[in-house]
Amino acid sequence: MTRVEMTVDGEPCEHEVEPRLLLVHYLRDVLEKTGTNIGCDTSNCGACTVHLDGRSVKSCTVLAVQADGSQVDTVEGLAGPSSDGDETDGWHPLQKAFHTEHGLQCGYCTPGMIMAAKDLLEENPDPDETEVREGLEGNLCRCTGYVNIVKAVRTAAAELREGASS
Amino acid sequence: MTAVDTPTTSNVGTTKLRKEDAHLVTGRTQWTDNIQLTGMLHVAVVRSPMAHARVTKVDVSAALEQPGVVAAFSGADLADQWAGGLPCAWPVTEDMQSPTHLPIATDEVRHVGDAVAVVVADSRYGAADATEFIDVEYEPLTAVVDMEAALADGSPLTDTQLDTNRSFTWQKIDGDVDAAFGSAAHVVERRFINQRLIPTAIEPRAVVCAPPREHREYTMWSATQVPHILRLMLALTCGVPEHELRVIAPDVGGGFGSKLNVYAEEAICLVLAKRLGKPIKWTESRSEGYQATIHGRDQIQDVALAFNEDHTLRGMKVELHADMGAYLQLVTPGVPLLGAFMFNAIYKMDALSFTCHGVLTNKTPTDAYRGAGRPEATYAIERLMDEAANELGVEPFELRERNWIKHEEFPYTTVAGIEYDSGNYEAATAKAKELFDYDGLRAEQQRRREQGDKVQLGIGISTFTEMCGLAPSRVLGSLSYGAGGWEHASVRMLPSGKVEVITGTSPHGQGHVTSWSQIAADALGIPFEDIEVRHGDTAVAHKGMDTYGSRSLVVGGYAVQVACDKVVAKAKRVAAHLLEAAEDDLEFDAGTFQVKGSPDANTSMQDVALAIFAAHDYPEDMEPSLDSDATVDPENFSYPHGTHLCATEVDTETGAVTIRSYVAVDDVGTVINPQIVEGQVHGGLAQGIAQALYEEAVYDAEGQLKTGSLLDYFVPAAPDLPHFTTDRTETPATTNPLGVKGVGEAGTIASTPAVINAVVDALRPMGVNDVLMPASPQNVWNAIQAAAPADGGAA
Amino acid sequence: MIPATFDYVRAGSIDEVVDTLKEHGDEAKLLAGGHSLLPLMKLRFAAPEVLIDLGRVEQLRGVRDLGDGRLAIGAMTRHIDVMDDPLVREHCAVLADVTAKVGDPQVRHRGTIGGALAHGDAASDLPAALAALDGTLVAQGPNGSREIAASDFFVDYLTTALEDDELVTEVRVPKIVGPWGWRYEKFTRVAQAWAIVGVLAMVKRSNGSIEEARVGLTNMATVPVRASGVEQALSGRTPDAIADAAANAADGTKPSSDLSASAEYREHLARVLTRRALEAAAR
Repeated sequence: MTRVEMTVDGEPCEHEVEPRLLLVHYLRDVLEKTGTNIGCDTSNCGACTVHLDGRSVKSCTVLAVQADGSQVDTVEGLAGPSSDGDETDGWHPLQKAFHTEHGLQCGYCTPGMIMAAKDLLEENPDPDETEVREGLEGNLCRCTGYVNIVKAVRTAAAELREGASS
Repeated sequence: MTAVDTPTTSNVGTTKLRKEDAHLVTGRTQWTDNIQLTGMLHVAVVRSPMAHARVTKVDVSAALEQPGVVAAFSGADLADQWAGGLPCAWPVTEDMQSPTHLPIATDEVRHVGDAVAVVVADSRYGAADATEFIDVEYEPLTAVVDMEAALADGSPLTDTQLDTNRSFTWQKIDGDVDAAFGSAAHVVERRFINQRLIPTAIEPRAVVCAPPREHREYTMWSATQVPHILRLMLALTCGVPEHELRVIAPDVGGGFGSKLNVYAEEAICLVLAKRLGKPIKWTESRSEGYQATIHGRDQIQDVALAFNEDHTLRGMKVELHADMGAYLQLVTPGVPLLGAFMFNAIYKMDALSFTCHGVLTNKTPTDAYRGAGRPEATYAIERLMDEAANELGVEPFELRERNWIKHEEFPYTTVAGIEYDSGNYEAATAKAKELFDYDGLRAEQQRRREQGDKVQLGIGISTFTEMCGLAPSRVLGSLSYGAGGWEHASVRMLPSGKVEVITGTSPHGQGHVTSWSQIAADALGIPFEDIEVRHGDTAVAHKGMDTYGSRSLVVGGYAVQVACDKVVAKAKRVAAHLLEAAEDDLEFDAGTFQVKGSPDANTSMQDVALAIFAAHDYPEDMEPSLDSDATVDPENFSYPHGTHLCATEVDTETGAVTIRSYVAVDDVGTVINPQIVEGQVHGGLAQGIAQALYEEAVYDAEGQLKTGSLLDYFVPAAPDLPHFTTDRTETPATTNPLGVKGVGEAGTIASTPAVINAVVDALRPMGVNDVLMPASPQNVWNAIQAAAPADGGAA
Repeated sequence: MIPATFDYVRAGSIDEVVDTLKEHGDEAKLLAGGHSLLPLMKLRFAAPEVLIDLGRVEQLRGVRDLGDGRLAIGAMTRHIDVMDDPLVREHCAVLADVTAKVGDPQVRHRGTIGGALAHGDAASDLPAALAALDGTLVAQGPNGSREIAASDFFVDYLTTALEDDELVTEVRVPKIVGPWGWRYEKFTRVAQAWAIVGVLAMVKRSNGSIEEARVGLTNMATVPVRASGVEQALSGRTPDAIADAAANAADGTKPSSDLSASAEYREHLARVLTRRALEAAAR
């Protein structure tokens, strides 16, 4: 067993883990942070995407011990506090836009898709349609056909740009 | 989002943002694999690496020595636990051959991935490790892989207990086919291959089963589309009485038919929970699922059309070889038979002969995959209409229009004997052609052909219909299906004026909670936000036929409407009583009962709900309740249709295909929520295009699955698909009060032939008349090479 | 899918890596970005007894100017950091461009240049690029370090010239000086798939003619291939010669046949893509 310490969604955590424990299993089974999903075993689907020290990674292809000392951010840490009872107030613009543009159906790929999109927008605040599609090439969705995901990401990008300039 | 303050009757037909989304975008989900129960054990399944073999030894003793391992069983160890094999609910012929399908094989394995043993441990990791210590010996048997060879005399058998690989041959002949073909001026014949696909819902399957605690009942959570069917079938299979089994479909991450089944692992978890008295969890890995979860399609289609001199369609012959795989799963044999009603599609003809050979092979079983039988039929007829147009030298739209059912001819009884209630193919086509700029693209195509461009433009057409709303129970009975096709809904009026709608459908991404809320909101005059829709738990929704076959809205939404109507009828009696008016003098609008001509004499649905809860004053001849149930059995299928147009750029040097534009005009009848409908079309298009261009499950001659993971099975990502232009025409169904037709499968059914027609159209001047699916660069290049002159003129 | 157990060593220095390798020999595997190794371990196609994590060996990160007309890129420099590195962008932007086509964004955030090359998979993009660049790799073992030319490094399918007790510490590439143009044509089934065939063409132009051309082929043999016949045929010629020269692009290759492509089709693609890549590079 190996000791790992990391900050997950802003909370420090510390455990003895088997070195072979995948980061995604550490999140899901040890920390019970089940917002991050597993959709494949070959690093193709991207459902398990989280941010590791600020960059999107597939947490099924990272060992928990590799993340020792790092900051991990998942979809569960995205939303801020909400004001008067409307929880959507606190949502990240990507969460709002996936909702308003119908960028999800079953929702299983959504946490990974949102985290991948967040990284994309941090690199490129104003992507065109092609850039969004290419930026999300590491994530598979089987429900939406991607059209509304692209729309959602661009809608969120506009809101984020507006927020940054005001 | 703006709150709705007053009841409105305008929910139906407007986009309401989905109620389902909040927990999905924030990660507060309940997927089956999220469930952790005290004392829960994990099961891992040892699977056959061989397609066909005798199992000569299974020794689990070494696995039992591994850390954390609680139990391990061979198939023989658990053989007495099953009351029967896994069920097939659709015995399509009396003499259908169906291999016995035990959840864990005992002496013979019949496909790669067939279960041979299970191991139970206190952790996921421990269970996975212990599988390597289960000693299984196999004596290889010949694997049967090719469908046509499987039917030849002397073929090796897929199952040594049977004496044939022919599961069934099913035939339906309508009209005088010999006369139609005998007197035809033109006959167009083709063989098409509709390749095997893997559904690939992004959530892998998972099961958790908890043994009884204070109640006698077992509780199973499963990533399933069909909790009600699963409950009944497991009761019949595993010897647990139906009333002592509760099945819950929590959040379910897509299905597309792959979760419309009763799987070995569900039976295994139930039996292990019973045997070990502990909660049991199994979660599929993706590559495991590619062997253990059903596949789809896989047909060889020999089809022919007969035309008169004036290009009027006379008749059609269809002979199918349909690959069942190694076992008949829940509806495996019935899937290709849906084609018996669909090959004729939107066209008028005098005769149709349909023959289907269901063939057993040593591969993963096939079953319903999005569209189930209708995409295959639509592919063949729409490809064949393009080929016929080419051979007859007419514009493909002209040939279609000459032969399709005109809008004034509805209702129309087709050659296959079913009645299309409504449709307007002219309207959908006109709209699609305009959005697509059909004439402009044809002109560009002509220009580029004349210039001899290396990249050629192709235009593909698909004018399709489908049958949705499974299904009229009597029709299912006539097709030997093991159950009915009704659906159930309950409406509970709560004293505070809020409403619970309980539906027997089991959504897994389709947005039923939102759409059903819209229906109920309008029917009851209750705000959309005040309605909760409950589903997917047999203890809550006690009755249901679940979700598949684009049936949920057409049958389940219909049931919600009828249950609401019953509530309104009861409430009206109470309102009349309270207002001291005659029932006939009341009108109901937007949630208010009002005495005609007396605006001040009124009461609201909510007030009536409270009054009947108090029950101090209500009509003597009724019970003090507004709650209502409805079980509706549709009188007919519904028939969505549409016109899809695809423009492809085909690189004649490399064979690479790019979709330049895609226009889909669908007529799904009345629309409840336009945004959700559009989303369903988008997703369907993606899967139909994926069949056309990317996906194929490939087996080698030994029955090994060569596309065993997402590394080799090419599910398209965002850069691989185009933007879709979608629009609608709206011709309401006349066979249900909502006028709805269903939309879950339309995009998938329509798009595959549109894309392949476009690829072939691009290459037609090079002499190409068909391209194998998927139209991968290699397959397109092969088609070009095969058509090229012998001197090798191609680049 | 779940990896088998292993002993985990988190190395802090190159010396520690070398010592650990020496101790365990071929029972040990090096963990760099993990995007080749961990999937194999999850499928249990690989089950090393000892896994040496290079993630904390700071000496293996970063890009420096060697001062001899070359850049040295630490083996553990992640793809994204190669793409974004100012020295790489200024002096060897072709490497940044090819790296941008490796995998997908998440893979590029974890995968490393040394790991991708040391895996020795000729279907991945960087080996052909390094071959076209005439780059080298520095390997360190118990007997010190040695520099291996790309042309000697790739030996066979998933086999390199690295000894069991060596690791790649650094990748060295020449600065690209002068009027070079380049294009990497990556031909795939779907966006996230491996290249069926990839062609990196680099062209140095001079007064309307081609002074030097380089062509590296991805997935046309068990090792990356230089289309040397094409390169020689173009030396000193005008771009008009590209079409004829590219017709020989498949000479000397030995592509495999698999689900995505037959060997014959791969050869055809190599010719077409080489022509296109050269034409784009010469523009």
